[in-house]
Amino acid sequence: MIKFECVSKRYPNEPVDAVDRLSLHIRAGEICMLVGPSGCGKTTTMKMVNKLIEPTSGTIHIDGRDSRAIDTIELRLNIGYIIQEIGLFPHMTVAENIATVPVELGWTKARISARIDELLELVDLDPRIYRQKKPRELSGGQKQRVGVARALAADPRIMLMDEPFGALDPITRAKMQDEFLKIQEKIRKTIVFVTHDIEEAMKMGDRIAVLKAGRMVQLGTPMEILAHPADPFVSELIGGRQALKMMNLIFCDRLMHEVVAVDRGQSVEGARRLIAESGAGRLVLSSGGVHERFYVDAQTLAQTHDFNAAIRPIARALRLRASAQDALSEMLRTGERFLFVEDDSHEVKGVVDLEDLFRQVSEHEHADQA
Amino acid sequence: MSMQTRPEGRGHLGSLGKIAGFLAIGIFMTVDVVRWPQDSMVARLVSYRKILELLGQHLYIVGISSALAILTAVPAGILLTRPRLKSWAARVVSLVNIGQTVPSLAIIALSVGLLGIGARTAIIAMWIYSLLPILHNTLVGIQDVDPAIIEAANGMGMKPAHVLMKVEVPLALAMILAGIRTAVTINIGSAILAAFVGGGGLGNLIIAGNNISRMQVLVLGAALPVLMALSADALFEMIEQRTRI
Repeated sequence: MIKFECVSKRYPNEPVDAVDRLSLHIRAGEICMLVGPSGCGKTTTMKMVNKLIEPTSGTIHIDGRDSRAIDTIELRLNIGYIIQEIGLFPHMTVAENIATVPVELGWTKARISARIDELLELVDLDPRIYRQKKPRELSGGQKQRVGVARALAADPRIMLMDEPFGALDPITRAKMQDEFLKIQEKIRKTIVFVTHDIEEAMKMGDRIAVLKAGRMVQLGTPMEILAHPADPFVSELIGGRQALKMMNLIFCDRLMHEVVAVDRGQSVEGARRLIAESGAGRLVLSSGGVHERFYVDAQTLAQTHDFNAAIRPIARALRLRASAQDALSEMLRTGERFLFVEDDSHEVKGVVDLEDLFRQVSEHEHADQA
Repeated sequence: MSMQTRPEGRGHLGSLGKIAGFLAIGIFMTVDVVRWPQDSMVARLVSYRKILELLGQHLYIVGISSALAILTAVPAGILLTRPRLKSWAARVVSLVNIGQTVPSLAIIALSVGLLGIGARTAIIAMWIYSLLPILHNTLVGIQDVDPAIIEAANGMGMKPAHVLMKVEVPLALAMILAGIRTAVTINIGSAILAAFVGGGGLGNLIIAGNNISRMQVLVLGAALPVLMALSADALFEMIEQRTRI
């Protein structure tokens, strides 16, 4: 937990505050994105957490303690710090880089070595291959993984990340973002993440603090900020097409409604009754559990006496983690008004209707204006 | 995927080969003069023992003066990059720079006035003279370390002394070594001048060869320091390759 209370920072010989009376409470276990254009004070704000920069006024509490009362070295050893790939020590091997903080903390060799292997596995690098490599032998993405591993070495509760994926190509960046979110699900750190990229903020952040000229102009979840930008600056930062962007934040696992399984031997009346009773919709899956990829077309079922005539194969399905935007795109591409949703083992879990998309997005758009 | 495969062995072998070559040339020239002296004057002046003695003196003067220079200029250079002394760096460098513009002969002559004659005088003069390249390179080497890397080190909680010794100095090492290489190479040449103040060394051969007008001795006295300087240069080349990041 990090709590800024009316924190200001003015650099010497500057006419205005780089950070102006910032009050911000970052909760334990959340990713709080600091986003804004260059010079908005986001990096200054972050660096005040580990005292690389001293605030001019105001207090910062780290896990309930005033940061001024905590020894600087002790404070920093307990905060993971990740900057762009240049932050790796080029003269040290991957293992030595990761060992930096544990060595400072005086861990035993065996414990450090075990921790290095554990961390390399966490970030998906084979310890046998990568331990002894130098940073110059690594690709941009691999360097960043090592950076993450190094920051996690002593299992800090708080992590500071300063544009960590900024130097990567778009494909690698997206991949690193996804992987980092997966890691965060496991480790649940309190993270302050600085970026100038609003898309990255939307994707990574539990909450986003938008900064402009040293002041926080808005704080909220990505959805809140998209639905209700606080002022024209935030709207401009988001850059229009909010509804489409909101669709990136809604996922099929939340959108879909359930499917009901019936077997092939079902009578037409029975199937009709099931549809009516479940109330879920016009579609039911046929026989042999949900693995069998056929569905029953309700419209046909209403007009026929032959149950088999209403059975259609399921040609394509969305994954649970597919976004509403993916769903819409797929509907536009195929001309279907509904799509099935499957899990990783291709078991059909539900169905998403075009109407669901409309409903979800407009719900958020008109959500509590108060 | 950077595929920077460096021919690891070849670099070292090349430097070692050079050193062996220079050594062979030096031995060949020495043997030539001792076995087939021009005349009896040369024969009386030159012997294996005599040459080894002068060589030893030369190495001694170079070794002590260079070691002194390294032991003073490297710490001084590091100190001048610390926040408290940073503002002094420019002034100190220009002061040492001025010292460097004075010809080495003049420095040695001036030292005689203060310290009298002997090897000690030569050593002190050469020590002062070789401070600059080492000091300058240490300063620049440490100043040139990417500030983002230093900030990362500080931000992770490394103690300031560890940031210096584990990050800044290792990253500046190539630059510092280059300064030492320059200083040592220059010193091997300047050590000839020690002969003029009674400090011994291979300069004695040049003076003697000049006095008796014997080309053979003169050339040997000039060639041996050159070969020594080239060998030292090759040796440093090898060290630099080995410490490269």
